[in-house]
Amino acid sequence: MVAVAEPQQAPPQVSQPGPQQGSRPIYRSKALIAGGIVLAWLVLWLVFRNVGTLSLDASALTPLHRWINSVNDAVGASRNSNPLFLYFFNEIRFVIDEFVTFVQALIAQPSFGRPVPVIGWLGVVAIAGFVSLVVAGWRVALLAVAGFVFLGLQGLWQESMDTLSLTLAAVVISLLFGIPLGVWAGLSDRAHRVITPVLDFMQTMPTFVYLAPLTLFFLIGPASATIATLIYAAPPAIRITAHAIRSVPHNTVEASESLGATWQQTLVKVLLPSARKTIVLGINQTIMAALSMVTIAALIDAPGLGKTVVKALQTLDVGTAFNAGLAIVVLAIVLDRVTTAATERRKLPRWAMFGGLGVTGVAVYLSYTYLWAAEFQSDVEIGSSIRQGATAVTEWVQDSLPVITGGFKDFVTLALINPLQALLAESPWFVVALVIVAFSFLIGGLRPAVVSAVCLGLLVATGLWQDSMITLASTLVATILVMVLGVVVGVWMGRSRRADRVIRPVLDAGQVMPAFVYLVPFLALFSASRFTAIIAAVVFAAPVAIKIIADGVRAVSPATVEAATALGSSSWQTIVKVQLPMARRALTLAANQGLIYVLSMVVVGGLVGAGALGYDVVAGFSQGQLYGKGLAAGVAIVVLGVMLDRLTQAAAKRWTN
Amino acid sequence: MARHNVLGAVLVGALALAGCSGAKVGDSSSGAAGDCGTFNLAINPWVGYEANAAVLAYVAEKELKCKVTKKELKEEVAWQGFGTGEVDAVVENWGHDDLRKKYIDEQKTAVSAGSTGVKGQIGWYVPPWLAKEHPDILDWNNLNKYADKFKTSESGDKGQLLDGDPSFVTNDEALVKNLNLNYKVVYGGSETALIQAFRQAEKDKKWVIGYFYSPQWLLNEIKLEKVKLPEYKPGCDADAEKVACDYPDYDLDKIVSKKFADANGPAFQLVKNFKWTNEDQNTVAKYIAEDKMKPEDAAKKWVEANGDKVKAWLPKA
Amino acid sequence: MDPVISVGNLWKVFGSNASQVVASDELKSLSRQELMDRTGAVAAVRGVDFDVAPGEMFVVMGLSGSGKSTLVRCLTRLVEPTAGTIMFEGEDILEADAKRLRDLRRNKFSMVFQHFGLLPHRTVADNVGYGLEIRGVPRAKRGERSQEVIDLVGLTGYEKSYPDQLSGGMQQRVGLARALAGDPDVLFFDEPFSALDPLIRRDMQSEVIRLHREVGKTMVFITHDLSEALKLGDRILIMRDGQVVQVGTGDELVGAPADDYVRDFVKDVPRSHVLTLKWIMRPPRPEDELDGPELPPETVVREAVRSVLSADKPVKVVRDGELLGVVADEEILGVVAGEA
Repeated sequence: MVAVAEPQQAPPQVSQPGPQQGSRPIYRSKALIAGGIVLAWLVLWLVFRNVGTLSLDASALTPLHRWINSVNDAVGASRNSNPLFLYFFNEIRFVIDEFVTFVQALIAQPSFGRPVPVIGWLGVVAIAGFVSLVVAGWRVALLAVAGFVFLGLQGLWQESMDTLSLTLAAVVISLLFGIPLGVWAGLSDRAHRVITPVLDFMQTMPTFVYLAPLTLFFLIGPASATIATLIYAAPPAIRITAHAIRSVPHNTVEASESLGATWQQTLVKVLLPSARKTIVLGINQTIMAALSMVTIAALIDAPGLGKTVVKALQTLDVGTAFNAGLAIVVLAIVLDRVTTAATERRKLPRWAMFGGLGVTGVAVYLSYTYLWAAEFQSDVEIGSSIRQGATAVTEWVQDSLPVITGGFKDFVTLALINPLQALLAESPWFVVALVIVAFSFLIGGLRPAVVSAVCLGLLVATGLWQDSMITLASTLVATILVMVLGVVVGVWMGRSRRADRVIRPVLDAGQVMPAFVYLVPFLALFSASRFTAIIAAVVFAAPVAIKIIADGVRAVSPATVEAATALGSSSWQTIVKVQLPMARRALTLAANQGLIYVLSMVVVGGLVGAGALGYDVVAGFSQGQLYGKGLAAGVAIVVLGVMLDRLTQAAAKRWTN
Repeated sequence: MARHNVLGAVLVGALALAGCSGAKVGDSSSGAAGDCGTFNLAINPWVGYEANAAVLAYVAEKELKCKVTKKELKEEVAWQGFGTGEVDAVVENWGHDDLRKKYIDEQKTAVSAGSTGVKGQIGWYVPPWLAKEHPDILDWNNLNKYADKFKTSESGDKGQLLDGDPSFVTNDEALVKNLNLNYKVVYGGSETALIQAFRQAEKDKKWVIGYFYSPQWLLNEIKLEKVKLPEYKPGCDADAEKVACDYPDYDLDKIVSKKFADANGPAFQLVKNFKWTNEDQNTVAKYIAEDKMKPEDAAKKWVEANGDKVKAWLPKA
Repeated sequence: MDPVISVGNLWKVFGSNASQVVASDELKSLSRQELMDRTGAVAAVRGVDFDVAPGEMFVVMGLSGSGKSTLVRCLTRLVEPTAGTIMFEGEDILEADAKRLRDLRRNKFSMVFQHFGLLPHRTVADNVGYGLEIRGVPRAKRGERSQEVIDLVGLTGYEKSYPDQLSGGMQQRVGLARALAGDPDVLFFDEPFSALDPLIRRDMQSEVIRLHREVGKTMVFITHDLSEALKLGDRILIMRDGQVVQVGTGDELVGAPADDYVRDFVKDVPRSHVLTLKWIMRPPRPEDELDGPELPPETVVREAVRSVLSADKPVKVVRDGELLGVVADEEILGVVAGEA
């Protein structure tokens, strides 16, 4: 089993002077081989340029694409007669719709014949504060109350509550399925093997691809939006639960068994409680993922803040979009801090418990009865100042920076993107495929080489080879930029607590702020271009990489750093010779996650000039006859993701061992 | 003892607060739905459409006492909604022969409800400063002369023709090829990208040529000039590969679900009768896009100024 | 007295072809390494036999990889043995079905683990009561019993603490209390103190000796530490490569090592602490004056030093009035000098 992935033996060394040990010559000979491959590639590219590139015009289709279209049409045509719809999808839709509508009726929408929801803003704020107090303590409770009041002050109370309702519903349903599935995958290796690729698929398949079909299955409304959200949001819960169950120490389980516990007793009394802390982190990730879907779900009429963002963009109203985006960020930060703090063990004193319960009860009652507590009165509204501020900043940026930024764009495009894209997309497909397989072999041995070969075959089958290569080129450039940023900022944060405290919230915001909000100024700075798409991806992906690297650098044993300092290392030497090498597990993880996050922005890139796969998906969502092509492009993105993920993992394994 | 004191104080304080009077929920009666029933109106994501929809929704609510449910959807999804009964009307449709074929001819879930009176035009546009300084650019025959000027990082050694919104099928790649233009089609990918490009082009006198359409609210702000392509003749665009002529003019129309039409309620009557002009739409679109009015307020403003036009749309009692 | 535990020809082989290995005498006779090379299977326990008497403290000693941990897990079937018999109070527990096995684990034996295996989310009291809880003992009774054993192991006052708030030694006391709570007949210890500091280890060893005296349970104790084995064990089983090398009391191991492996092992043991007079006495010689002091043969050399050296005649080793031999200065000095 392990033997397959064993390193290739290096040829015998003759000319290796000095006391170096075995591993270095292997690297050197590998570097030589890699250099040879690249050289051969360059030569073949010169000779066979633009031959066999398998290009396909923007509006051209392959038989596969047409076939998918016809399947899609057939499904649509049969939806009123097919029993699968009548008794299965319709039932699911009904249940989810009822659930979401109920939550909305409670906190967001006028309901039960009342002009306002059952619980008004005062009640919601009180409940948020109380729940936070119980699970997360005083400080976080204050943050939650402040955050929710801020939403009201932004003039976005109802929209925020709609978003919150939908997010909560999607999260609850995700967990309802996700945690049992995660437990199963945690207990059974076979289940784990089956579930993992499905989760990969769910997370990398662009939402745009299944947005339209979802409305076919579950109609337009909360159900479709919820399901779209949970397809993306459930995988972290499943993955992390499985991981949590797997990492419960074996001896704890054994101890329970040795006392004669049954299987169920061990699960309920040992595994689940021991894994609780980690599972809560999974819930946290699920909530964040659900919030990141808010704007996309708005494209199929999901209520809430996403709609405000999408609408504002029709008129390039960055101020309004930013205000709504900020509300999403505030929601995300509150929910994140509450769930993160919930992993700690805490016990509230009795009096606080009952006092809090009393205050909350009164607040809910007031918000049910009195108008002032039900509807957020915006006398002290700050939303318009935020809007004006954001607009002013955007205008300033758009007016004064393009001179510099345009040059930067041209430089990166000419020096980095174009050459890479030329090599990948203008060489004959079989040359590129061979090169990639050869590199996979060099990096990870036989298994990654086989995976890459299969993936490349699938890319050819989608009929979108050249688009895939163009996207691959942009993805690689974006990942390089992400890693550069990740190392620079990550090391800084890892070495300075103060930097960490200041930068971390900015990173959080970068991750949750809907990309749509910053696309407009980016378009002004860099025009519609591949570079704009790359920058958008970097904004989204860099925070993850930075955080991982910062944590990795911080985790380097202080004793080692101290020893290095004692030997007289300069800061630079400490970073380069001690901290980074010791944090290489974090570095590889950052590269892997960076890649995956960059890929998840391919579709957004399609909206700002990236073309290729991203545009194919967007167009497929917008035009019926391009649907099949869009789906194929979605699959191509998934395939690229799987290939790059397995490759980086193999490289990471090789490098960290 | 202490904890009882705290608890007591909190409760007393809260109750005292509750005691302060305030308007109670339900004091004002909520408006009931009229005899028109529910009217499910799709909102496609562009401002011109929003203008149509806002005015229709306003009239339906105020005059016909309908309960209007607006659903924000892309075209493809909106048409799908005719079959599932979730969408009653799409009130500005740009051609979409593929959708017509699928939903009107094949699935028979939708029917046309006539023209909106608005004329749609698709084509290649340049910013006004360019049209002024180089008037000959408005003829496609001269485009190659300026190709160099349109070069960008994306188009390499050719001129860039910026395409935009993926919602609409373009013939641009075929046109470039068949008219032997030294240009490369670059897919901006969104309307936002196009608008931003034209805005900057006009402000900084940059060279941009791209796909655009009218009516569009941006044209109120910047009078983009259309480049003349070989004249459209019926059938000249039959073979997508060989297109070498301009886009046809579109008579923008309304599409409604079959069920909605058959029921023939007041809301359907209103949709069927609805007809106005490019100018009308531009006015409302400007209120929304540039004056940042809420669609309801924009509609109200226009309706109050155009009572006679609105009267003609109402169902004859 | 009948043994509590009687292990016969016990085998544990890891690998997909385990059952083939134990079915073949030829494969069984191979060394571990050879077997690994031939079949890919790992024989952790190879044909082990031993008995444990009621109330005995039986120690299994071996270096890491000797198979001792696997052996103790086989005894409770936490690891399923491949072949052999394990008689527990006359019942072959390899025949027990899942339910019977659970009953046995709940009532008859329990285990203390090297890394404690405590539940981090439960307080000390709830950890101790866990075994009772899964048996369905009502809460009140559980609390009572937990308190008893908590007091017994000296954790009074820490009932409401969580494991991560306790030191390693105290955590292991919790593990000990948990094992005692169910009032089992046999306690198994899997290297319980190897993760602790030397000082705390010594305390805990004394604690176990005290408990053994007070509750009189049969105990099977796994360790890799010879001095711990000698200190605790009534009898000691030495394992190597999955096989039994020698079983005997501490002085037997030191006095009569079965082979070079054991000899090498016990080489550094302070012999005067382990050997008894039985091992160093010599038959009386004619010139000996036989009216000196008497000592029983079980007297440890160290404790006899003073009496022997202060007496001017050889000390007689006597059991039940019968003269077994004599010990004079030279014998004593021979042992003590050998340690220097």
